[in-house]
Amino acid sequence: MESDNIPCRQAFTDKLLELAKKDRDIIAVTTDARGSVTLNQFAEVLPDQFVEVGIAEQNAIGVGAGLALSGKKPFVCGPACFYSARSYEQVKVDVAYTRTNVKIIAVSGGVSYGALGSTHHSLNDIAAMRVLPDMTVILPCDVHQTGILTEVLTHFDGPVYVRMGRGAVPEVYTKDNAVFEIGKANLLLEGKDVALIGTGETVYHCLQAAGELKKSGISACVIDMHTVKPLDTDILRNAALKTGRIVTVEEHHVFGGLGSAVAEWVVQNCNIPVKILGFPDENAVHGSSGELFAYYGLDSKGICKSVREIFNRRKDYTSKHLQKGNN
Amino acid sequence: MNTEYKELERKAVEIRKKLLQMIFNAKSGHTGGALSSVDILTTLFFHTMNYHSDKPGWSDRDRFILSKGHSVEGYYCVLAEAGFFPKEVLDTYGKFQSILAGHPTRKVPGVELNSGALGHGLSVGVGMALAAKMDHKKNRVFVLMGDGEQGEGSVMEAANSAGHNRLDNLTAIIDRNFLQISGHTESVMSLESLSSRWKAYHWHVDEANGNNIEELAGLLDTYPVETGKPHLVIAYTIKGRGVSFIENRAEWHHKVPSAEQMEQAIEELNKMLK
Repeated sequence: MESDNIPCRQAFTDKLLELAKKDRDIIAVTTDARGSVTLNQFAEVLPDQFVEVGIAEQNAIGVGAGLALSGKKPFVCGPACFYSARSYEQVKVDVAYTRTNVKIIAVSGGVSYGALGSTHHSLNDIAAMRVLPDMTVILPCDVHQTGILTEVLTHFDGPVYVRMGRGAVPEVYTKDNAVFEIGKANLLLEGKDVALIGTGETVYHCLQAAGELKKSGISACVIDMHTVKPLDTDILRNAALKTGRIVTVEEHHVFGGLGSAVAEWVVQNCNIPVKILGFPDENAVHGSSGELFAYYGLDSKGICKSVREIFNRRKDYTSKHLQKGNN
Repeated sequence: MNTEYKELERKAVEIRKKLLQMIFNAKSGHTGGALSSVDILTTLFFHTMNYHSDKPGWSDRDRFILSKGHSVEGYYCVLAEAGFFPKEVLDTYGKFQSILAGHPTRKVPGVELNSGALGHGLSVGVGMALAAKMDHKKNRVFVLMGDGEQGEGSVMEAANSAGHNRLDNLTAIIDRNFLQISGHTESVMSLESLSSRWKAYHWHVDEANGNNIEELAGLLDTYPVETGKPHLVIAYTIKGRGVSFIENRAEWHHKVPSAEQMEQAIEELNKMLK
């Protein structure tokens, strides 16, 4: 079910406002995106902790770095498509290389903007951000996780890129069972035949797919890999050992993102089939976010189809090899 | 000229000698720009700015950002002279695993920002100046940029936001030596009128001889120079200042002197000390 139609960005700003009322070092920086990020209330309630730089992403990141170097806790917020591309050098130098305590909150990521086209899609941001030394990359999957994540970020000292979507998304967690620890993935469902690993909005679709697969006798485990970097290799090891097959699902190109991160580990540690689901090497066709998920096989139906395709592949890893602890 | 300025001028000459030696030993460096900006750095670190080199993290310190990060050799010399780290460390410049890289990093005590990619420093300075305003602190923020660096559009984004936010605690200095790596700035990509550009973004603009410490000190002492306006000093300098065969020659942007040239350079600089 959808959680009262509140998108993750709203869950983030609600929590940020709550925290910022008690911590005057928390600063929101944005680029004429207060509406898009849902920062209007923050700007009204805490104007002294709100910085508007206009449509100038490069400046926003640099300003964020300067605030951080003076002891502030800046959250630089705006559309993922611009922060992962237009201001990439500022992210590389002023945030990652200088290792400033800047949180980049990239909203409306992936194909959230759907029909607005490739200028507004960010299907390369995970790849771009995870290759920067010292950068942490996180994709929350629902409002409950986003709320906890926001609080965690205020205590975490270091550069983080957080990508979330635009629309309201179904709940994966409840208010009571949501947990979040940076770099520690969550095992949502046990399974023995295949591991479905999602991040961000695809986690829900993985869960749906697991339910469908169960009907046809395939037992899928589901992992919420909310932190793509640093990657939780312990959970990968366990999943590989137990299932022998991995399918990754991401709202990102099939190269450089979650699937690549998982494959990088698998290829160096065990020899099991990995299927990477995501957007191919093309600019997405015109359509809404939901239509694009379906067209590119990232919804439950598409995931099930891919799982069945690989299901009969040979399990040629050796559990003995994995148990030796070669990671 | 009073004794303080005479002493600072001597210090600037000694820094020029040292930075040339570092570049000569490392066989690498940005000779022209390092020499042009020495008097600006000397004025800031030994006259204008408040800081404690034994407590580089002192929260009320004035901040300095070398946005033209390639002019790093003079910066390292000034930081060592100011006591941020032992002068012997300067001799590691260019060596394997030295903390002194070819562009500044925060591994070096006193350095506020890893720089080297142009057009970044002013935005970071804006963030620092905003933070000071938020905390009602009196510290100032200084950013030194190159004139070629003005080609980066991000500088104008930052300039605009500083004017908009009335950051009168922010001072930007342009090392205006009229040369960039490919030649004269006005033939590569015209910058003039620099003054008009910055005034349009609501900055108070001053122009000065950037190789004249007394003149620079006078301008930088006034704070705020105009309430509600950030301060730009267009510091007219000579690229390669102090060494006749390096002065005003674009090819010396990152040329390394030969042994004979080193000897001549030191001789010329020693004459300035007399």
